Amino acid sequence: MAPQTEQSPILVFSYGNPSRGDDALGPALNALLEKNQQATNSPDRVELLTDYQLQIEHAIDLEQRECVVFIDASVCCTPPYEFQLLQAQRDSSYTSHAMSPAAVLAVYRQINQSPPPPCYLLTIRGYEFDLGRDISEQAAGNLQQAFAFITKLLAGDTKHWPAIPAVSNS
Amino acid sequence: MPPPLEAADNPEQLERIVIEPLTRVEGHGKVTLLQDENLNIKQARLHIAEFRGFEKFIQGRPYWELPVLVQRLCGICPVSHHLAAAKATDMIVGATELTTTAEKIRRLMHYGQTLQSHALHFFHLCSPDLLFGFDDEVRHRNIVGVIEDSPEIAKQGVMLRKYGQEIIRITSGKRIHGTGAIPGGINKSLSRDEISYLKTDSDQVIDWAQQAVSLVKRIFFEHYDYHMAFASIDSSMMSMVGKDGAFEIYHGGLRANDKQGENIFDHVNYRDYGDYIKEGVKNWSYMKFPFISSIGQADGWYRVGPLARVNNCDFFTTALAEEQRQEFIRNGDGRPVQSTLAYHWARLIELLHCAEAIGELLNDGDLCGNDLLNRGTLQSSGTGVIEAPRGTLFHHYEINDDGLVEKASLIVSTTNNNQAMNESIRKVAGQYLDGNRLTEALLNQVEVAIRAYDPCLSCATHAMGKMPLQINLVNANNELQDRLEKRISGEIRRTL
Repeated sequence: MAPQTEQSPILVFSYGNPSRGDDALGPALNALLEKNQQATNSPDRVELLTDYQLQIEHAIDLEQRECVVFIDASVCCTPPYEFQLLQAQRDSSYTSHAMSPAAVLAVYRQINQSPPPPCYLLTIRGYEFDLGRDISEQAAGNLQQAFAFITKLLAGDTKHWPAIPAVSNS
Repeated sequence: MPPPLEAADNPEQLERIVIEPLTRVEGHGKVTLLQDENLNIKQARLHIAEFRGFEKFIQGRPYWELPVLVQRLCGICPVSHHLAAAKATDMIVGATELTTTAEKIRRLMHYGQTLQSHALHFFHLCSPDLLFGFDDEVRHRNIVGVIEDSPEIAKQGVMLRKYGQEIIRITSGKRIHGTGAIPGGINKSLSRDEISYLKTDSDQVIDWAQQAVSLVKRIFFEHYDYHMAFASIDSSMMSMVGKDGAFEIYHGGLRANDKQGENIFDHVNYRDYGDYIKEGVKNWSYMKFPFISSIGQADGWYRVGPLARVNNCDFFTTALAEEQRQEFIRNGDGRPVQSTLAYHWARLIELLHCAEAIGELLNDGDLCGNDLLNRGTLQSSGTGVIEAPRGTLFHHYEINDDGLVEKASLIVSTTNNNQAMNESIRKVAGQYLDGNRLTEALLNQVEVAIRAYDPCLSCATHAMGKMPLQINLVNANNELQDRLEKRISGEIRRTL
């Protein structure tokens, strides 16, 4: 479907279930960014989207972007967070209804027959994922550090973002 | 007396093979196959750790929050829970009927949800199996494999899914966590601009849906005998139907037919479902086993979802889907079509119906109406039932004098299909694994049987790194003999 409005050059796509403990880290960071959007950048420059999980149609959200940042909770990244450049990669999660961000990039590349825009993944370390739980204290600390990092990043020129697939951890 | 292969005579003397998929949306399920020393399958069970925490999660919350709150139970079918809870709370607020506008907008939302869910399942999860065969290399068995060989098909799948998501966004007010359905009705109707936007692609969506049905039929008929026989089981089937017997997924009575197609019950008011459906338990599974109470637990299990709905209904109200239903039904030779892989075919007939129904509704001026809410006398309990994409979904709530939920009971679609999935796995295990060493191709046959039901558990967590497929080999002494892990990249590692 044709987009209803002109795309913002930067997309920040957070995902996770807000009611499952630290799985809410992505949506929680999205909420912080929404409140702070005026301070970080012009709202027209950064579009904030959030969803439960990544799916095939999210490849369409990457179209016409200068760059994209995916934000997710992680049970295995180095705390407080990791930031990395993504490479399109097929995954084998065919028994699952959810996709990895790298697989979304691969779908983009195939359906558009062109490479996706530069895409990054910010993973925030989480610890507890039970339904009905709040974000854990430890993860909340990680969230604040990730918020400070992404705020500074979005305020700057995307040309200065990491250009190689390396992990950055403040 | 348990069904064949449900319980072995001497399980402690058998070798145990465990297929344990750990995914973040389908919950935690595993298949255990017990082989004897001659590699014969002696026991096959599907274990699903059904997540029951949602009932506790709901208790103590105000009833008016339910339609929004329950969307957080499941990242795959939040709209199904949204609408089932809304129907239950309609009853609580005494709204015996919805306004015309409210019902039509809820239906539009539900058609959008079913369309996008079916498109995702076929194009992302299942068409690779059918397009390339079950023994095809792993790299082909995902949507990227489909795209490489048939890019236009894959693009249609993405666009169908996207269109359904747009309908949900517009009817529910938000991309996720929508608030469109509220107790007694809806909170907004559609604007002319929104309808025009959705109508732009509605004809194209019908065309794509027709192509999808043609595709699944072509695939099905290419290996007809195989597709009809694979994991095929004879079962009763339950679904919702309209007053006139029409296919119905939003509101109607419950119909159950036996494996011969003979009626067991019909047009049952779903608020009385407890008089017709009971939930059994087995000591080896956390998930319950619903059954038709008049038949009993041993033989009263049934199937729900697209296969049951297309078999059970008398007709579709839309022309293209009805034409396809008639062709589908002919393959049963007077009985219901019992092929498990026919779920895929039936699913796409439903997708076509949803596309047609969306097109019709978008030409209905009632979508722009202003009469959005009905209310009556507050009731102490409410039941809401809909046909979710995967099958019949039950929500039942009881509230106290303060309007807080005291009791919540849910039967989700996958639970309704629990016994049927077990039966299909036993069929596959007995047919394809008996006497063979386990291979990736054979493992995939088991997964294909499960996947036909499109199971989904209420377990939508998303933490990166929690998605390996783990296979454990345990001997008769319960000692781990071997372990294989399949990572998200498709890499298979022996980790013991």
